[in-house]
Amino acid sequence: MVVRTRNHDAVVWTFCRHYIGPVMRARTKRLYAVAGASLLVLSSLALAFIALGQRADLFYTPQMLVERGQPEAGRRIRLGGFVQAGSVDYGAGAEMFFTVEDGSEATVRVTYTGITPDLFREGQGVVATGRFEAGADLFKAEQILAKHDENYQPRELRDLSAAPAS
Amino acid sequence: MIEAGHFLACLSLTLSLGLAYAGLRGDRGLAGRLAFGLFAALGLSFLTLINAFLTSDFSVELVAKNSHTLKPLLYKFAGTWGNHEGSMALWCLVMAGFAAAGAQWMRSGRPDFEARALGVQGLLTSGALAYLLFASSPFLRLDQPPLQGADLNPLLQDPALAAHPPMLYLGYVGYSFVFAMAAAGLMEGRIDRVWARSVRPWAMAAFVPLTLGIGLGSYWAYYELGWGGWWFWDPVENASLMPWLVGAAFLHSVVVTEKRDSLRAWTALLAVMAFCFSILGAFLVRSGLLTSVHAFAVDPTRGALLLAGLLAYGGGALGLFALRAPHLQGGAPHLMVSREGALIGNNLVLSVATLTVLLGTLFPLVAEAFGQALSVGEPYFNLTFTPIMAVALIALPVVQAWSWGKADWTLVWRWALGFLAVVGAFMLAGVALWEIPLLSGAGFALGVWLVFGAAREIWRRAGRVDRLWRFPARVWGMTLAHAGLGVFTLGAVGETALRFHTTLALAEGQSVEVAGWTVQLDDVEAIEGPNWYADRASLTVSRAGETVLLQPQKRIYPAARMPTTETAIHSFGTSDLYLALGDRRTGEGAARWTFEIFINPMISLVYWGVCLIGLGGVLSLLPRRGSGADGGRAAG
Repeated sequence: MVVRTRNHDAVVWTFCRHYIGPVMRARTKRLYAVAGASLLVLSSLALAFIALGQRADLFYTPQMLVERGQPEAGRRIRLGGFVQAGSVDYGAGAEMFFTVEDGSEATVRVTYTGITPDLFREGQGVVATGRFEAGADLFKAEQILAKHDENYQPRELRDLSAAPAS
Repeated sequence: MIEAGHFLACLSLTLSLGLAYAGLRGDRGLAGRLAFGLFAALGLSFLTLINAFLTSDFSVELVAKNSHTLKPLLYKFAGTWGNHEGSMALWCLVMAGFAAAGAQWMRSGRPDFEARALGVQGLLTSGALAYLLFASSPFLRLDQPPLQGADLNPLLQDPALAAHPPMLYLGYVGYSFVFAMAAAGLMEGRIDRVWARSVRPWAMAAFVPLTLGIGLGSYWAYYELGWGGWWFWDPVENASLMPWLVGAAFLHSVVVTEKRDSLRAWTALLAVMAFCFSILGAFLVRSGLLTSVHAFAVDPTRGALLLAGLLAYGGGALGLFALRAPHLQGGAPHLMVSREGALIGNNLVLSVATLTVLLGTLFPLVAEAFGQALSVGEPYFNLTFTPIMAVALIALPVVQAWSWGKADWTLVWRWALGFLAVVGAFMLAGVALWEIPLLSGAGFALGVWLVFGAAREIWRRAGRVDRLWRFPARVWGMTLAHAGLGVFTLGAVGETALRFHTTLALAEGQSVEVAGWTVQLDDVEAIEGPNWYADRASLTVSRAGETVLLQPQKRIYPAARMPTTETAIHSFGTSDLYLALGDRRTGEGAARWTFEIFINPMISLVYWGVCLIGLGGVLSLLPRRGSGADGGRAAG
């Protein structure tokens, strides 16, 4: 039995080497190349979609935070609204605090360490990128965008511009 | 005056339509003359526009909206293209310039092909001119001219930004000519070695200014926005990066077509796509569809027209491609482990990288259509673009030594060990000596690896010192560009990993210690410029044996009713100490001024890297030594 099987294998092997082999090898190589390339493309695309799902910065207004609940701590989001009049405070160092409102009842207290944009003013629109820390209602901003020039509003705020700039 | 410009622009439209007709019919001589005429007419027309800006002729609507008598002369001049209409006029002018340059210097030895390429260029220019004249005319007069203009956006009043748009447009629009040559080649069904050899210099002539233009824009954002960074993955930046990536892929695949006559369909496709991405970029920037820190000359109605143009040109060319591509097989056979294989790999990575940038740039639009506002920033690109490019950069020194057809695979193990050794050494040194994360150490290793790889490759080819100088400029160009990529990587990793950033609030006379530097605020005074006034802080910044005075400003441009930040930068070695002045805070005690202070190590390597890539491109454009007849036009 064993011997016959071996013989059989040898025959198949010889056949492959002489007839199918060259064809197969060229084909297999192309197959490998195509498989490798598609693997690269597909894994990159998968990576891209995972990254989009996890790393895109969702936009919230204070009211949306109430409706949808606060995002998990440490998740980077964009918070948009208007700087409440009289809400800007400065700490002992370079940190500052202000309140963002959007015309609804809801407001969010924001802290930021850094220089504010040239057109950051009370009553003006603002978009702050940052995160909530665990167990805190204070929003820690890393970057603040205000109007770019007198004519430009951050895009997300265009729908809000009807809100009262109290 | 401006009426003459308007008339000349209308004449240009006629000429470019004539160029399209003559060219597509195959009349090389007439097409050439029309291309020269087109460039001359449009050039004169553009001069009248510049003249209107220089003389502050506020009866011209565009000048009234974007200029001011007190503006410095340079910005009156550069203000010509610092707005939507003027920049479109520049776009058309560059297109016509490429048509004229093509008529003069195209060398394929195929008059029919050249005529068709000029014809397609004429068609593209007609579209752009029609858009200029009928949708965004810079030549309109006002019935009642104002006494004073509304001034140029002050962020744009800057030397780097005066040069940035023309550079960028040479790049963007340069790809229109590559597109035209690809379309002409596809019409003839002859995408072959001769085609590849005649297209390559034009692709390079677009790639170099695009590289430098992106570099200038990034440098401007670095010192003018006052955020301390040089790349923000902003949609406008991505819009310029995508044609750059596709253009880089094309420069690598066209070599395969030129040397081995293969990859023909793919090369033609890339030639078409590079310009499509340029128009897509213009569309994204101008339509205001995406939130951008560089928002510039935004107008949604014009966006629709640009989109229509993109669909018409892109669709037409892709349709032509679909017709011809099946007939574009062939070329010398090769294994995957070969220079062809390596360049295909390069193209694969660059295409996938382009795709991830495209996804990240357009995803907010898709999400918004489903009612979810979001933005895609650095975290996304760090997870996708960076690792994908890293794969290519790791492989580059290894695979560039591979020969055509079939390469020696056995040496790869030595390369792999070498790479692991370099990475290991840098990771260890990074953790032990410099206290940086492991990944940053690997990043440094990658930069060094690339520079080493470039040097190794040219040495491998030369073998002896005296042979180094006999190489064709093209080999040196490639070496410099690849080394530049390494230098860029070093700078980018260094700046990201070692950056120090803090915010200070200082009263006058107060001083603090920051990262080994003593920063003292001497005073803040009010100063005045030609068309602005400012608060200027004077800070004495010192460390052992080194004292400098830095004066960051916060300017107000009353005409534009807009403040800007003027940073102060002290460069030491390859690093920058960077100061931006913030607002004045009053409270208990003395009034305090806020400052952002950045220490950006190795930042200048980023720009040196970009310059090296550009220089490499310029070198590879130089003709081969002692072969003046190389592909020259047949006499007569």
